[in-house]
Amino acid sequence: MSEIKTTTVEVRLPSRMGFEKVAMSTASAVAKLMGFPDDRVEDLKTAVAEACINAIEHGNRLNDKLSVGVVLSAGEDSLEVKVIDDGKGMTKQPAKPDIDRKMHGEEDPRGMGMFLIQALVDEAEWVAGSGGKSSYVRLVIRLDKDAE
Amino acid sequence: MQSETKSRVDQLTSPAGHPVSVLRFEGDIASTSKDAVLGAYQALPKGKVELVLLDFTKVDYINSSGIALVIQLLMEAANAGQKVYAFGLSAHFTKVFTMVGITKYAGLFPGQAEALAAL
Repeated sequence: MSEIKTTTVEVRLPSRMGFEKVAMSTASAVAKLMGFPDDRVEDLKTAVAEACINAIEHGNRLNDKLSVGVVLSAGEDSLEVKVIDDGKGMTKQPAKPDIDRKMHGEEDPRGMGMFLIQALVDEAEWVAGSGGKSSYVRLVIRLDKDAE
Repeated sequence: MQSETKSRVDQLTSPAGHPVSVLRFEGDIASTSKDAVLGAYQALPKGKVELVLLDFTKVDYINSSGIALVIQLLMEAANAGQKVYAFGLSAHFTKVFTMVGITKYAGLFPGQAEALAAL
């Protein structure tokens, strides 16, 4: 079995809105180095941004004393991104957003972040940390998505 | 850190002769953009506007909170009997707007000329 090389890049963000763009830029740079096409890089940027926003806003509750960890692991044919916060993690998946219900005021116009993450990457899983800390979302995009 | 959203309004007339209010956005559209998005829309003269065109040409970043503001704008426009169209979105955000269903309530066009020609 051949050894698969993995390169890891880590970023630590303050729990302040707007800093998700630092993670977006880093993920974009790594994905471009790996050879992902522009449309997949854009998908990744939005998914990483939404994961970081959730971590900042809901995981760390905008607490400036807490940081959000972003760990990018570049393998031969896939990029994994873990976004780690100090929240309790997701206990249930929110319902798929319904634009008709939103337009009729029956559903909050917000609440599309997780849907976008799931729709834009090849794998997404939410893992609750033990003791209510170090919960994370793990995203994966693959280089050969269209080939599957 | 969050980049400021700027907006301005232009009053145009479509080739078919219909008055169109164009809301032009610049910068990021995120949770901090409420005044620039909803405020600019709500400042349009009441009862006089039937067609609203959203210009995203100079917008680089839209997150889910920004999309929620656009949906709120569409809700208010629908309640006021106005029709809303948009242009200037990148291929990626055209895909995202389609995914979340915004295209059901706001027609998307590549550029201003195509949008105006259709109104």
